[in-house]
Amino acid sequence: MSNSFLRKLIFDEKIRSLVVQTLIIGIFALIIYLITQQTAYNLEKRGIGTGFGFLNMSAGYDISIRLIPYTSESTHFRAYLVGLINTLMISICGCFLATILGFLVGIIRLSSNWLFRNIAYVYVEFTRNVPVLLQIILYYTILLYLPKIKQALVLFDTFYITNRGIYSPSPIFKDGFSIVAWSFVIAIIFTIFLKKYFKKKQEQTGKQYPIFYVNSALIIFTPIIFYYIMGMPLDFDHPILKGFNFKGGMVVRPEFMGMLLGLSIYTAAFISETVRSGIMAVSKGQREASQALGLKNNLVLRLIVIPQALRVIIPPLTSQYLNLTKNSSLGIAIGYADLVHGFGGISLNQTGKAIEIMSMVMITYLTISLTISLFMNIYNKAVQFKGNA
Amino acid sequence: MSSSISFTHNKYYSWCRNNLFSSWINGIITILSIYFIYEVSSFFLNWTIFEADFVNNFRGEKITDRTFCSKNIEPGQHGACWAIIIVRFHQFIYGFYPVEEAWRVNLVYGLLPFALVGIFFDNLPFRKYFIYFTFLFPFIGYFLLYGGAGLDVVGTSKWGGLLVTLFLGVTGILLAFPLSIILALGRRSKMPVIKTICIIFIEFIRGVPLITLLFTANVMLPLFLPEGVRPDNLLRALVAVTLFQSAYMAEAIRGGLQAIPKGQLEAAQSLGLTYWQSTRKIILPQALKISIPPIVNTCIGLFKDTSLVLIIGLFDLLGVGRAAVADIDWAKLHYEVYVFISLVFFIFCFGMSRYSLYLEKKLKTDNS
Repeated sequence: MSNSFLRKLIFDEKIRSLVVQTLIIGIFALIIYLITQQTAYNLEKRGIGTGFGFLNMSAGYDISIRLIPYTSESTHFRAYLVGLINTLMISICGCFLATILGFLVGIIRLSSNWLFRNIAYVYVEFTRNVPVLLQIILYYTILLYLPKIKQALVLFDTFYITNRGIYSPSPIFKDGFSIVAWSFVIAIIFTIFLKKYFKKKQEQTGKQYPIFYVNSALIIFTPIIFYYIMGMPLDFDHPILKGFNFKGGMVVRPEFMGMLLGLSIYTAAFISETVRSGIMAVSKGQREASQALGLKNNLVLRLIVIPQALRVIIPPLTSQYLNLTKNSSLGIAIGYADLVHGFGGISLNQTGKAIEIMSMVMITYLTISLTISLFMNIYNKAVQFKGNA
Repeated sequence: MSSSISFTHNKYYSWCRNNLFSSWINGIITILSIYFIYEVSSFFLNWTIFEADFVNNFRGEKITDRTFCSKNIEPGQHGACWAIIIVRFHQFIYGFYPVEEAWRVNLVYGLLPFALVGIFFDNLPFRKYFIYFTFLFPFIGYFLLYGGAGLDVVGTSKWGGLLVTLFLGVTGILLAFPLSIILALGRRSKMPVIKTICIIFIEFIRGVPLITLLFTANVMLPLFLPEGVRPDNLLRALVAVTLFQSAYMAEAIRGGLQAIPKGQLEAAQSLGLTYWQSTRKIILPQALKISIPPIVNTCIGLFKDTSLVLIIGLFDLLGVGRAAVADIDWAKLHYEVYVFISLVFFIFCFGMSRYSLYLEKKLKTDNS
C-alpha cells in the first residue's frame, strides 16, 4: 500500500505538484520566520524600537526645494510628503520634456537629409550609452559654473541666470483672476462639444469645417477677453538683488534643472528610438494608399500614420516613463530633495527605522509605477484596433 | 552637352542631390547642419586635443597639480588638462589595489574576453569549453582578485574604479542568468504557488528603483543575518545588483519563451520527454536564442546602473572620479574627469549595443 502511495507521489502529476507547492510554502515560511526572529533580536540588541510613531516626531532638517510649507520643526511625515511631491514634480516635468524632445529627435532621425538625421543619431548614441547618473552630475556641474549672483546673466530684464538658480518674476493673482481661469476651462470644454458637433455635421453633409482654427481662436481669445474685462487682475513680483541674494520672484534651483536635464535628455534618446521604430512599423502601402486617395501630406501623417504608429509606440513609451520615474531617485547624488534623499536618507539616518522607512519608500514607488502603467494601459486600449482585427 | 550629362550621372553628385539638397528647405538644413557640426567639433577637438595639456603644460613643465595646468595659468586660452587622468590612472583602473599586485587584476581583465566569447558567438570552435570556462570564471576571478592560498589577501575595500564597475557588471550578469531562467520558467509554471511567488518577485523588483534596493541591501541585510555574518559592502551591492538584473533578464527570457510555438512543447511531450527534458533540450535553446538581443539590452542597462553604487559609498569608476575632483590638488577639473568616464562607459555600452544589433540582423536572416 505504502508502495503505491509513493508511486503516486512521484508519478501522479497533480499530487506531485501539490507536494512541491506545499514544500515551497513551508520553506518560505521557515525563511521568513527565521529572518523576523533574527531581525527582532538584532533590533532589540541595538535598542531600536519598531513602529511608525517616529512619523509624528520633528524631523529637524531643512529642505530647500519644496512646494508645501515645511520647516525643520515639521514632522517626518511632512518630510515624506515634501519628498513625494518633489519626486512627482520632477517625474512629470521630466516625462513631459523627454516626450517632446524624444518625438522631435525620432522624427529628425527619419529625415531625408543625411547630415541632419546623423546629428540626431550621434546625439542618441552618446546620451543613451552614458549612465544617467553621470549625465545628471555633469549637467549639474555645468549649471554650477554659471555666473555668480553678483554677475548674473540678465535676459529681457526679467530673468536672472545664476549658479544659484534661475530667478524669474512670480505671478500675483488678484481678485477676479479665478474668473479668467474658469473662462479658460469653460472654453476648453466648449471646444470639445463643438468639435463633436462639427464632426457629426461633416459626416452628414460631407462638408469640412475649420474646426482647428475656430477652436484655437476660442481657447486663446476667451481668457484674453475676460482678462481685460476683469481689469487685468494679474501682477508680477520681480526678483530684486538685495545684499547677497535675490528677494521676491520665483527661483528654479540648479538641483532641479540638473535633474530635469539629465533625466529628460537621457530618456529622450530612448523615446526617440521607440518613435522611430513606431513610425517605421507603419507599412509604406498605408502612406501610398492614402496619397492615392488624394489626402494632403499633413493629413496623411495626422489621420493615417500617427494613429497606427501610436499603437506600436505606447507600450515601450510606458516603460520609458516608468524608468524616468525610477531614475528620479538619483536626486540624492546632487542634493535634489526627492523621496529617497530626504525621507529615505536623512530621516533614516536620524531615526534608524530602516525597515519602516525603506518599506514606505518602496511601496510609494510601487504605487507610482502601478498608477502610471494603469493609466497608460487605459490609453493604450483606447488607441488599439477596435473590433476583431 | 555630353559632359554635363556625365556630370549628373556621377554617383557622388546624385548621392548629394538625393540626400542633402533634394529641396531648398533641405539645402538650408544641410548648410545649418554643416555649420553646427563645424562649431561643435572644432570646440570639442580644440578642448580635448589641440589646446589640451597631457603630461606637460605649455611652458614644458611637468604637471603635478592643478596650479600647473595651462588653463589655470592663462585662463580662457587653453583646453582640457588631462594630467589628472594620467596621474590618477592607476586609481581609475584598479582603485586602491596595491601597485605590486596589479598584475592579478590585469590577468583577470585578460581572461575576461575568453569568459565572454563563448556566450556571444555561437559558431566558435570549442565553444563548449569556453562555456565551461565562463562558469568557472567568477570563481577564478574572485580567487585572483581577493587572494588566499598563497596570494596576498586584498580586501574588497581596496577595490575600486573600473575593477568594481566590471566586477559588479560581469558577476551580476553571470549570477543573474541562471536565476532569471528559473524565474521566467516559474512565471509560466502551472503551479499557482510558484507562479505567484515569481510574479510578485519580478514585479516588485521592476517597480522600485535600484537605489532603494541598494539601500535596503546596505542597511537591512545586516539586520536580517545573524551576528558575525557581516557581508562586506561590495558583496551587499552585488546581492542587490544580481536580484535587480535577474528580474529584468527574466522578463526578456519570458518574451523568448512566449515566442516558441506551443506545438514544440506538445511534440516534445508526445515523444515522451518529461517537463525538464523538453524544457532543457527543446524549449530553452530556442527561447534563449531569440531573447539574446533583449538580454544584451538589459546587460547594457545594468552596466550603466552599476554607477549607482557610489551613492552607498563604493568607489566604482564614477566614485573614483568624484573623489578625484574633490581632491584639493586637482580640484575644479570636473569636465576632464567626467568626459573621460563617459568615454569609458560609452566604449563598453556602444560595443554591446552594436553586438546586439549584429545579433538581431543575424536572427532575422535565419528565420526568413
